[in-house]
Amino acid sequence: MTKIRIESVPDLIRKTGDIRKAVVRAARNIPGMHFGGPMSAVDPAVMIYYKYLGFDPDNLDDPERNMVILSKGHNGILFYTIYVDMGMYTDEELYGKYNTIDGVFGPHPNRKTIKGIEVSTGSLGHGLNWAVGISHARQDMGIKARTFVLLGDGEMEEGSNWEAILYAASHHQDDIVAVVDFNNCSASFETNENNRWGEKGGAEGLADAFRAFGWNAMVVDGQDIAQMDAAFASIPEVTYAGKPTVIICDTIKGAGVKFMSDRPYAWHQGGLDDEKMEEALALVEEYTQARLKEVE
Amino acid sequence: MAGFTWAVGDMGSSFFNAKGAISREILNLVDKNPKVAYINSDGTGKGNVLEEYSKKYPHRVYDVGIQEMNMVTSACGMAKMGYIPYVQTFGPFLLFRAYDQVHNDICYNDFPVKLIGTHAGTSSGLGPTHNDIVDFAICNALPNMTVMAPCDAGQLISAIQASENYPHPLYIRVPRGEEPMVYPEDLEMDFQIGKANEAKEGTELYFIATGSMVFHAIKAAAALQEDGIDVGVFDMHTIKPLDLAAVEKAARTGRVITVEDHNVNGGLGTVVGSAILEMGIPTKFRKIGIPDKFVPFGYPETIYPAYGMDAAGLEAAAREMLA
Repeated sequence: MTKIRIESVPDLIRKTGDIRKAVVRAARNIPGMHFGGPMSAVDPAVMIYYKYLGFDPDNLDDPERNMVILSKGHNGILFYTIYVDMGMYTDEELYGKYNTIDGVFGPHPNRKTIKGIEVSTGSLGHGLNWAVGISHARQDMGIKARTFVLLGDGEMEEGSNWEAILYAASHHQDDIVAVVDFNNCSASFETNENNRWGEKGGAEGLADAFRAFGWNAMVVDGQDIAQMDAAFASIPEVTYAGKPTVIICDTIKGAGVKFMSDRPYAWHQGGLDDEKMEEALALVEEYTQARLKEVE
Repeated sequence: MAGFTWAVGDMGSSFFNAKGAISREILNLVDKNPKVAYINSDGTGKGNVLEEYSKKYPHRVYDVGIQEMNMVTSACGMAKMGYIPYVQTFGPFLLFRAYDQVHNDICYNDFPVKLIGTHAGTSSGLGPTHNDIVDFAICNALPNMTVMAPCDAGQLISAIQASENYPHPLYIRVPRGEEPMVYPEDLEMDFQIGKANEAKEGTELYFIATGSMVFHAIKAAAALQEDGIDVGVFDMHTIKPLDLAAVEKAARTGRVITVEDHNVNGGLGTVVGSAILEMGIPTKFRKIGIPDKFVPFGYPETIYPAYGMDAAGLEAAAREMLA
């Protein structure tokens, strides 16, 4: 049993730097890769995988484990780079046959080929519904564990989510923790430009919508590890008598690479040549060091 | 009656009663197997046995309310944890509303979720919004999916029992629940998923029928037999995987008529016709079913005769092909 756990905020920030660089390198290896979403979701994903999930790469089938479901399945590369960082795969294994007929990895995660992936996703708005059934099963088995569901803000427009949001709160499925990477734009629209979350709009408006359905909702700066750490630490214990929790992480699409975050639509998907990759890696280093300075 | 594997003299004396049979059989499994789950969508009802079970086993027998998408994917969540979920609601809502979930979460993930779609074909009597004349077509094209359509309550029970430990996704279509029994209730049927029942052997022509149409096909074959015309009937209770040996035997007579309460495009007739073509067996072939249109309101009692799907219509179609 080697559960992965990074305690300190500076160490977690350093880890986000490692993963951001890995995602940048991935964009050099994978032309047309989804880029903006994985970059904004690095910080919430690091919080989950490296601190609060209790992830154990050597014990992936423990029925009492916490789980994570990548509801925004197009960010598969983010989880793959994390698995490489954890030593579960090598870069060669990830990129050697990426998206080929006899490969293991592709744009959307496949539970049957990739160890660590709980369920195969890709079509949006499915993750919370998986968590509803997992919660029933856990309660039938007498297991107390959590399911973290990583979603995008664009994805929250899907109606299937709201079936699960209504049901989970009605049935006190407080083992469900929705983590929304609210990066403020989908492929076509920025927040409030097309659909608007209530009067407030944006992350706060979405939080109100969750609260109206009976959820415990928090909004945090999704690129502020200390703030997120406090939010994740405050998730109530699983009792199956309380409210499910949503942590809405207000993030920046393409965060860490200024030429991307300045033009998030251009970098929803993209690729990098060697020169651009080096530029991006330098920017990530600068970004990570600046964030470390803020906490040290 | 010559050539019949089963006595059909009592046909129609009792009814399909699918509604009672499904719940009773699945709840039997719930009692016997602590991993079996039963998930409904506003189908629990008030004051009945299903409500009792939902209190006794609140996490294995649950009702999501009117949420087909949540019903299907949450069932997959149960299956991921090692459970054997049976999911039941009106076929059209189960498959149309939640098709993305059936495609991705059940079939692509390949979990052994059992879908029970009721009110199959035109049996709802509630018009095109509640009819399901496309389920074979959309399920036939789903990798990992098995598609079944039992013809009466006894066979439905056999299908549910056979499904318990079936390791992949499975869809069972059942009609409204007021259809006549086809086989005697005390019949010990050798029921295997993917193996057609030869209800009557024949030498001149075969009906290959499924679900509620088996009754009509057997009746038509019996009427033809009285005139010395030897027509066989395959009860194709499994559409996918298709029993190719049965199809071949039927095709060897040189005349095949498929019968289904489904759009003639994409269902039983389509897969049988395609199989015969690939076998290269010269055969007269006709598909009988719902034409490619939304049918008017009405129960099967009026719809089947209108489209030549009842016993009289099938008898006429056979005589025409034999002429």
